[in-house]
Amino acid sequence: MSHLLSIITFLPLFGVAAILFTRGSEGTHATTARWVALIVTLVDAALTIFMWTRFDGANSAYQFVEQAEWFGAGTGITYHLGVDGISMLFVVLTGLLMPFTILASWDSVKTRVPEYMIAFLLLETLMLGVFTALDLFLFYVFFEGGLIPMFLIIGIWGGKRRVYASFKFFLYTLLGSLFMLLAMLWMYFTTGTTDIPTITATAHFPVWAQYFLWFAFFASFAVKMPMWPVHTWLPDAHVEAPTAGSVILAAILLKMGGYGFLRFSLPMFATASHDLAPFVFVLSIMAIIYTSLVALAQEDMKKLIAYSSVAHMGFVTMGIFTLNQQGVEGGIFQMLSHGVVSGALFLCVGVIYDRMHTREISAYGGLVNRMPVYAACLMVFTLANIGLPGTGGFVGEFLTMLGAFHVQTWVAIFAATGVILSAAYMLYMYWRVIFGELVKPALMGIKDLSLREAALLAPLVVATLIMGVYPKFVFDITSASVAHLLQQHRTALAYDALGPKAHTAQSANVRNASGALVAPAMQAEIMGAFPHGKISKIGFSGAAP
Amino acid sequence: MYAALVFIPIITAAIAGIFQRFLGARPAELLTTAGLFASLALSLYAFYDVAILGHSQVVTLWQWISSGDFTVDWNVRVDTLTAVMLVVVTGVSSLVHLYSIGYMHDDPDRPRFFSYLSLFTFAMLMLVTANNFLQVFFGWEGVGLASYLLIGFWYKKPSANAAALKAFVVNRVGDFGFMLGIFAIFWVFGTLDFDAVFKAAPALAGHSFEFAGHQVDILTTICLLLFVGAMGKSAQIGLHTWLPDAMEGPTPVSALIHAATMVTAGVFLVCRASPLFELAPNALAFVTFIGATTAFFAASVGLFQNDIKRVIAYSTCSQLGYMFVAAGCSAYGAAMFHLFTHAFFKALLFLSAGAVIVAMHHEQDMRKMGGLRKQLPFTYWMMLIGNIALTGLGIPLLGIGAAGFYSKDAIINAAFLSNTPVGTYAFVLTLLAAAMTSFYSWRQFLMTFHGRYRGLDHHHDEATAGHDEHHAPKLEEVHEPARVMLVPLAVLAVGALLSGGLFVHSFIGEGEFWRGAVALAFGHHADAENSIPLLVEFAPLLLTALGFAIAYYFYIVKPELPAKLAAQKGIVYMFLYRKWYFDELYQFLFVGPALVFGRFLWKWGDGKLIDGLGPDGVAARVLDATRGAVRLQSGYVYHYAFAMLIGVVGLATYFMMVWR
Repeated sequence: MSHLLSIITFLPLFGVAAILFTRGSEGTHATTARWVALIVTLVDAALTIFMWTRFDGANSAYQFVEQAEWFGAGTGITYHLGVDGISMLFVVLTGLLMPFTILASWDSVKTRVPEYMIAFLLLETLMLGVFTALDLFLFYVFFEGGLIPMFLIIGIWGGKRRVYASFKFFLYTLLGSLFMLLAMLWMYFTTGTTDIPTITATAHFPVWAQYFLWFAFFASFAVKMPMWPVHTWLPDAHVEAPTAGSVILAAILLKMGGYGFLRFSLPMFATASHDLAPFVFVLSIMAIIYTSLVALAQEDMKKLIAYSSVAHMGFVTMGIFTLNQQGVEGGIFQMLSHGVVSGALFLCVGVIYDRMHTREISAYGGLVNRMPVYAACLMVFTLANIGLPGTGGFVGEFLTMLGAFHVQTWVAIFAATGVILSAAYMLYMYWRVIFGELVKPALMGIKDLSLREAALLAPLVVATLIMGVYPKFVFDITSASVAHLLQQHRTALAYDALGPKAHTAQSANVRNASGALVAPAMQAEIMGAFPHGKISKIGFSGAAP
Repeated sequence: MYAALVFIPIITAAIAGIFQRFLGARPAELLTTAGLFASLALSLYAFYDVAILGHSQVVTLWQWISSGDFTVDWNVRVDTLTAVMLVVVTGVSSLVHLYSIGYMHDDPDRPRFFSYLSLFTFAMLMLVTANNFLQVFFGWEGVGLASYLLIGFWYKKPSANAAALKAFVVNRVGDFGFMLGIFAIFWVFGTLDFDAVFKAAPALAGHSFEFAGHQVDILTTICLLLFVGAMGKSAQIGLHTWLPDAMEGPTPVSALIHAATMVTAGVFLVCRASPLFELAPNALAFVTFIGATTAFFAASVGLFQNDIKRVIAYSTCSQLGYMFVAAGCSAYGAAMFHLFTHAFFKALLFLSAGAVIVAMHHEQDMRKMGGLRKQLPFTYWMMLIGNIALTGLGIPLLGIGAAGFYSKDAIINAAFLSNTPVGTYAFVLTLLAAAMTSFYSWRQFLMTFHGRYRGLDHHHDEATAGHDEHHAPKLEEVHEPARVMLVPLAVLAVGALLSGGLFVHSFIGEGEFWRGAVALAFGHHADAENSIPLLVEFAPLLLTALGFAIAYYFYIVKPELPAKLAAQKGIVYMFLYRKWYFDELYQFLFVGPALVFGRFLWKWGDGKLIDGLGPDGVAARVLDATRGAVRLQSGYVYHYAFAMLIGVVGLATYFMMVWR
């Protein structure tokens, strides 16, 4: 099982090949494509669960590590995969949600089905790659590659304004990523390697450079999150995307930004992250309050949920930049639970969209009369989105605010107003869609959930509730790695604070790029000053294949 | 075993809820009701074991959240305070389940209703058996959810949906404070467990920390934040607006949730956190102030309401104010005692009102009732007992009376004895409120059961003009409801009469009853009892009698007078009838602006500003530039020649200047 991670990551590509090489009439080819996609994603989901059971949560090092020569020895660029407690559950989330998206598009997608399935399988590989890559170059390929299938999914299978939405999505995300690419190039030329664990452990960028690098990465991740004020692509993209596209977008693509902050910004640019945290707090609070108010005024269900996603991601960025255990772990939990809940909410919108072909809130009303099971499911996800204790949505929100309170009480106070607003906009929507008399003639014949739809939503209901009452299974995975990450962050922070002496010593070493950049004497000094530091160990424990 | 007590209701709720179609209505009713009675039996045993024998205990179920040094468990904690609440909650809940079998008998959605009722009971039990603040918060939001679902139970009524949404959101405003309180507790104490927090609290008295940019006293801040939560749940002035609207729900719900149990959660929280509040005198003064103000305010609004349930709702609001007055005067025993007795008589009043409503074919306007005594003799007596208990009828010197007599007088005395400015304020307002309580209670009673039957009169009042779907029946058609509804009334009536006398010494005596479950700072009560002037002892009784006399004059002697006064729409009348204009104020200050502002941010902030300067703006500028470039390529030779000429002239000029 030494190649488990590669198998998980690239298995969907075999599905792509299978669909490409089968022939048949349009109808049979579509059916084949559906089944191939479903089977491949199910197998991949099973493999991620298998990996989860084998994962040692107490160990903060990278596990299932694979490393191979890629561009040749001496280039510093290798094929390097691995997961730790931070990325592990995102891999599982991706793996588990993919079968849902395939099933959600089973009947609703009717044109170019094989191409559609290929796009989704390709997207799965690229998303998994983002969370498993341990090499900057590899990461960038996956991170940017994901844009292309998503661009196509929105642009080809989307709604009326799909071209506008897909270009907006593409331009926003691409522009952000360009800065990140420049930063990565600079990092490569200064350190001589693109290996993420090596850079994290050894490359101490000067503080002025950290600011530039931080903002360059921030440009990319903030757009992905999306943070206020670069969030306006998200509502358009969601509205125009097909249901499954929305699910993937909300549940997984948005999490790449948060993951990026954890993987790069915090440990690599420690001082910049620390100094710029207030800046992030301001943007996070703006996201929470501003977009919640905007959500209150929405008339389109998908747009409302999209804006609520922006608000929820505000909690994530706030939590991550509290730089304490509760905040960061809360941020991760919030991303995972939001992945389940927002995905489920978009599926729910898709259920009635398939029936009525409209997402206008005013086109509905009184659905509970004809669709009680649907109403019950939607109620669970609505409550989870509100952050009711006992559902998955609560734990993350609570922990991020708990963390923020410690750093700056104002942040927590403002964020907590989001709790009031989320109740208002979600329940207001629920009321207008579900409750009331069923008077609209078009709705008179609407059917409750089909067996396929019920089978889609039921596991998500269970997951939402379990995450609420027994979130320990998440913390068992994340705790050690988050503690380790924060230790790395603090060590780096202390290193930067040692003064100019530390930096001159380091910049002298920067050019002899391979491996240990810091002079041994310096390392000893730092280790002496910070007995808890694990500089010599960091990252390497998992690096050996 | 105590865990079973808590979890039986959620199991029955889940079964009734999920399998409602397979089960059908009757099995769902029986299952949930039987589950609740099982829970009640265990609660009674718990009360005996814990409150009488003193075997309090904490059971840890499993770990809930654990992140770094933050850990919280799921617990079942049973001490005397919990045991009292267990008896109240499961007692009233089981009776309400039983009553609902009759009340809801023609509703098609009964399994859902009973499932919600049991879900509520579970959340409430989780709240009272919590051993840490976060589990309280879980139950707190859980009862809020159940309340939301039950208020909106008749989802076809727009008013019910609006009321449900309002209840949830207003409660969330309170929860906002509660949540911040929890954050502060964790970062100050490093834990959320009750015992550890209470043990560490004395060392922090008088210390300050930075909160929202100011140096403030730690414990005062924490207590005030917790109290904001309590204000939301217990409908204290400012956050009370949801409670009267909550009467849109079925009447058994009003009895269970909006009278006897959920709304008392705030009082429970203050009593539970009493070791903290004891160390924060400023917070206590605030609690007293709010409680007294609410007691007065709600009673005054109750004076002129015409909906039989809304009168009782404002009465609940007012009585909750009394409980907070007691808690604020450090008489936590008295607060819990009033909570205990109030549960009996207020549930009795609501369920009696429900019996009247059913008999009147769901007519709730008291102006259409009157003279129902002959038709509803049993309900008449039940309502009478409820009113006697609520107004606190009794003989001061002998110490004999109905339930409210003991508990309400204990509160008024506590306010008198506290001897602080705010205590005096509370004393005066609670006395005035007692008079008004008497007036509105007897007004309601006389309007319903005495005088002339007005069900068939024509009213052209604004209140009835909008929804005239209920047509009051003829007087002969008004009958007592089914026996399954009357049995719970009888049980509650016994409690309303006797619970005061039986338990007065346990709750506010010097005995071992509480065993540290609440802070007993008011220990000097017994000694001070003698120093209360005779006038103070008799004042509540006198004012109650005055209230009765006025009600009797207006509604029996001169029954045409109230309508005349209402028609004049005097300033005071309108101010009270419109509930001090709170709803209008909030609509104007918060609800309207939030919607307008949200729209503004969406259309202008996102649309014009961000997109205008961002993607759309960039795209537009690029288009402008290309359009300009396109215009250059006109295809006419003389255009190009002209451009060339200009270029040549320019170059020639440049070189001439440089090489001169």
